[in-house]
Amino acid sequence: MNALAVLLRRELALAWGRGGGPLLALGFYAAVTTLLPLSIGAGAGRLAAVAGGVAWVALALASLLSLERLFERDFEDGALDLLALGPLPLEAVAAVKCFAQWLTTGAPLAIAAPFAAIALGAPPAAAPMNLITAAIGGLAFAFLGGAGAALALASRRAGLLIAVIVLPLLVPPVIFGGTAIEAFAGGGAWVPALALLAAYTLAVVALTPFAMAAACRNALG
Amino acid sequence: MARSDWRRVGMGESQSRSDRSVSRVITRLVIHAVAIQRGDRLLFSRFDLTVSAGEAVALTGANGVGKTSLLRAVAGFIPPLDGRITFDGAPDADEARRTDCHLIGHQDGLKGGRTARDELSFQARWVGATGGAGEAAAERLGLARVLGLEVRKLSAGQKRRLALCRLIASPRTLWLLDEPLAALDAESRALVGEVMAAHLAGGGLILAAVHDLLPITARIVEIPP
Repeated sequence: MNALAVLLRRELALAWGRGGGPLLALGFYAAVTTLLPLSIGAGAGRLAAVAGGVAWVALALASLLSLERLFERDFEDGALDLLALGPLPLEAVAAVKCFAQWLTTGAPLAIAAPFAAIALGAPPAAAPMNLITAAIGGLAFAFLGGAGAALALASRRAGLLIAVIVLPLLVPPVIFGGTAIEAFAGGGAWVPALALLAAYTLAVVALTPFAMAAACRNALG
Repeated sequence: MARSDWRRVGMGESQSRSDRSVSRVITRLVIHAVAIQRGDRLLFSRFDLTVSAGEAVALTGANGVGKTSLLRAVAGFIPPLDGRITFDGAPDADEARRTDCHLIGHQDGLKGGRTARDELSFQARWVGATGGAGEAAAERLGLARVLGLEVRKLSAGQKRRLALCRLIASPRTLWLLDEPLAALDAESRALVGEVMAAHLAGGGLILAAVHDLLPITARIVEIPP
């Protein structure tokens, strides 16, 4: 498992530096959650009603922000050759890359999510569920974004392509996460929605590495 | 572990002896009747080549004739249109590629924003080097003084040598080298020649795409246009 640690350390260092790292994603997140109430209007009730959902959509967008170059840099400078000839299969390499991405941007965003929701007027009692759903959903975002980044390898305007490929796949976690938060805040049954969110994330984490590895092999050939 | 590392640092010229103690998996590379197509152009067909233990083969030929494509096919990146590529001694070709094969492409795979030490450490450890083997390799190739610099501040030749370090740091049998000496000065070429000679003496295999002559005895195979 030594190779796993070696790769994770490198990916964390790269993710930290890539496109401004966590600060850019956090800044983008703060900007979107600030802009939305300005356009919706500041009526307290109106804002509180959409607070949870808005925080979630902003989170999904912010997660995608720095993913564009996840595989592209390694592809362009030849490091992908080296990654393909290491002790771990490309599937594992892809999973480690996405996990490192989640650690450096997804986790900080998850910590920021409750604060953003409260700032928008969501009840502070919902904060724990905000954190949990953002952390679980963020993992799905990182892996889905990684799949988009791998599929867009070697194409121009990869960022645009990633958005088109990945955004539809973000619909289920956004729905499940939003529902769980709403139910938790309203005292309803939040377990089903959270379980669905976790199940979706597990499926994404289990399946997308194969898609990413296949896309990388295709790009290498 | 620490002891063998120390010995490797100290032994320098007797690299071949320490290489011999390594368990070799690949004993022969056989390229049989291989055809490779890129896009809709057939680069070559029915190409045969065998590289045995202790042998170096220099692939030559005009630009675009398919030297790089052949190397990448051996590395498993490009599936041949026809024919087969096998590694004697290793029943599972993909396993052999991931554990007993080095590929140095014409790009160095280094990240400009990281220090040479970080990048070397990753590249060497990723392919199985342990302890201080990476730094010892850097010393051997005359890079000890630049390890603290960011990669983007290195010259093309220094970057090349940094990429070549993993050949020394991690003993793998089959070396696939794409223009390994490009950008290297005479002194570095001689150094790399020594390293290659030691590798061959230890039972290694080298398949290199070159335009200039390799600084070692090598069988020259031309890919016909």
